Amino acid sequence: MLSLESITKTTQDWLLAKFDPTIALAIECVIVIVLCITLFAILGLVLVLLERKVAARIQIRLGPNRVGPGGIFQTAADTLKLIMKEGLTPDSADKFLFNLAPFVVMMVAMLLLAPIAFARNFQIWDINIGVLYISSISSLSVIGILMAGWASNNKYSLLGAMRSGAQIVSYELSAGFAVLTIVVLTGSLQISDIVAAQENGWWLFKGHIPVIIAFVLYIIAVTAETNRAPFDLAEAESELTAGFHTEYSGMKFALFFLAEYINIFIVCAIGATLFLGGWMPLHIGHWESFNHIMDYIPSSIWFMGKTFFLIFVIMWFRWTFPRLRVDQLLNLEWKYLLPISLFNLLLVTVIAIMGWHF
Amino acid sequence: MYNETEIIKDTTNLGPEGELVVNMGPQHPATHGVLHLVVTLNGETIKKIEPHLGYIHRSIEKMCESLTYRQFIYVTSRMDYLSSHINNTACALLVEKGMQIEVPERAKVVRTILNELTRIASHELWIGAMAMDLGAFTPFFYAFREREMITDIMEDTCGARLTMNYIVPGGLMYDIHPDFQTKVKAFIQQFKEKVTEYEDLVTGNIIFQSRTKGVGVLTTEDAISYGCTGPVARASGVRCDMRKIAPYDAYDRVEFEEIIETAGDSFARYIVRVKEMNQSIRIIEQLIDNIPEGEFVGKTKNVLKLAKGEFYQRVETARGELGVYIVSEGATTPYRIKFRSPGFSNLSVLNHIAKGSKIGDLMATMGTLDLVIPDIDR
Repeated sequence: MLSLESITKTTQDWLLAKFDPTIALAIECVIVIVLCITLFAILGLVLVLLERKVAARIQIRLGPNRVGPGGIFQTAADTLKLIMKEGLTPDSADKFLFNLAPFVVMMVAMLLLAPIAFARNFQIWDINIGVLYISSISSLSVIGILMAGWASNNKYSLLGAMRSGAQIVSYELSAGFAVLTIVVLTGSLQISDIVAAQENGWWLFKGHIPVIIAFVLYIIAVTAETNRAPFDLAEAESELTAGFHTEYSGMKFALFFLAEYINIFIVCAIGATLFLGGWMPLHIGHWESFNHIMDYIPSSIWFMGKTFFLIFVIMWFRWTFPRLRVDQLLNLEWKYLLPISLFNLLLVTVIAIMGWHF
Repeated sequence: MYNETEIIKDTTNLGPEGELVVNMGPQHPATHGVLHLVVTLNGETIKKIEPHLGYIHRSIEKMCESLTYRQFIYVTSRMDYLSSHINNTACALLVEKGMQIEVPERAKVVRTILNELTRIASHELWIGAMAMDLGAFTPFFYAFREREMITDIMEDTCGARLTMNYIVPGGLMYDIHPDFQTKVKAFIQQFKEKVTEYEDLVTGNIIFQSRTKGVGVLTTEDAISYGCTGPVARASGVRCDMRKIAPYDAYDRVEFEEIIETAGDSFARYIVRVKEMNQSIRIIEQLIDNIPEGEFVGKTKNVLKLAKGEFYQRVETARGELGVYIVSEGATTPYRIKFRSPGFSNLSVLNHIAKGSKIGDLMATMGTLDLVIPDIDR
């Protein structure tokens, strides 16, 4: 069967046979960059359309259905429109930072793509501190948002950016602790080790109730970290018009928009990797025949299926809940989520030490 | 009052340390129209709110002075466009009172049904818009599904969906559509089935409750002293339903409750409006099978002239008490006309109840005051 693993292997073997290792590595880098950018573009198109369709489904309406069959080219048309639009820079804005901010946000999203395992042996960079890398890089996106809010020289933008700063810094903690529970159980920070540890069952099922709590905490925290409703205070269109990107237009706005969706994809991919076994098929104990059938489904489909399921859950949140107020948002984190996740981490550590997990 | 918020030319001294003056509106997603709020902030906390009006002032009162008693009613549809039937009713009632015109029973009953349908439509739109202010998009579509049925009924009946102009001095402009009763009954049935969806989606939602409970508390004394009326005052425990106090049309023969809540916060205002919709349904149910046969408009003179004197009529719109005051010199046009609109008084309370809260609370408070800007500005 043609798998992603064999494609990468053949390509590498061919390159190494033709060129010397340094040039082969350089060519591989170029291929990876091109593939990443393509993935970004496709993800942006798919996720925006998915969001609009999910929203339409929840809101008893049809959603985009004019451009192409079932409206599938709607986002492509929108992107074309955004590219053709003029990218305004306000007169009183800090021109350099204003124009830099969308790229910072975008670059952070791109960097996060590196350690994600998309399929069996299909990973850009299996760094041995993978989880730490993800946690540290993902907190950088706040810099881009603060930069955008500050440089716009707009009061709404500034308020949005300040909210976003407070929010991301707080929720980073809960997300970090939720991720740590899995690190404690696996005993490794490397993504491939974490996935391999889930061969006989996903952590969500193996790790008793504490891991389920950690999973719920993770989903809540990353929803807040990606500035999605009900935690979309940084944008809060009914309060701050559009928050930190009020002054942005054209492609610069599109980059923020795209980065938001890529970030959702990435946090859901990490959630799927840590709690739902990444590309690991669903295996149940000693049901040999069932496990064999599950193995026939390609690992990339398992990974994408899990990731898109989590994305759907996050979209579902957005179209169901009202927005929290800023003080309630911080109360939720510091008074409830953080103590719970600390205690939960302790429980998981006890479980891991005593070997009570399956 | 306006001196305090002039355009600041000198930006070196911008007031006390940490203060931020934000112009919310006239173009802002949450002000639902061209309301301009000058909000002084300290971080996220509101220190002062100054509403600036006049962006949609069309001098309706002055315009009415040059229109005859048949014509001026049409202008009033443009005041509070969400309860245009009720505005029209107020004006028609006043002319009828002034000229002792006998209104047929059929017209009275149909007017009452249409007024209650208008009230439901207005509250439906309000639920959607308020939920949107709080960041929930979905209730808007659910609310509009039912509202659409009402606007369809209105379109059948009057040919218009928003500015109806259907009620004239003496009764109605035309007779009702043959399908009127079946359509209204279908609407009642659908509404009763679907209203639980709002409860599931909005009322019981923990985030919604934490956003509205204890937010923008208006005490009974303040509600009276600021002249608040309608659901806003009733949520603070003030009995002020004109349909009970001074019944007009067919309100004296129907049974319904005046919804009173005592908490006075945004959640109480929400509950009052949701319960009021159910009471409106109750009123319509009592009347829809009992529309008397007969004339739909009473006998009137071709040229209407009010006797010399002063006339006042008040009705209960979806937002509160609408008063129409006319000074007549005995001519075919009013000498002076004044509308007491509910929105103006309800807006005046905003600074008092939202001061000291967060920006998010301002949206919840403003949303539950249910402001319609053309009603405030006229």
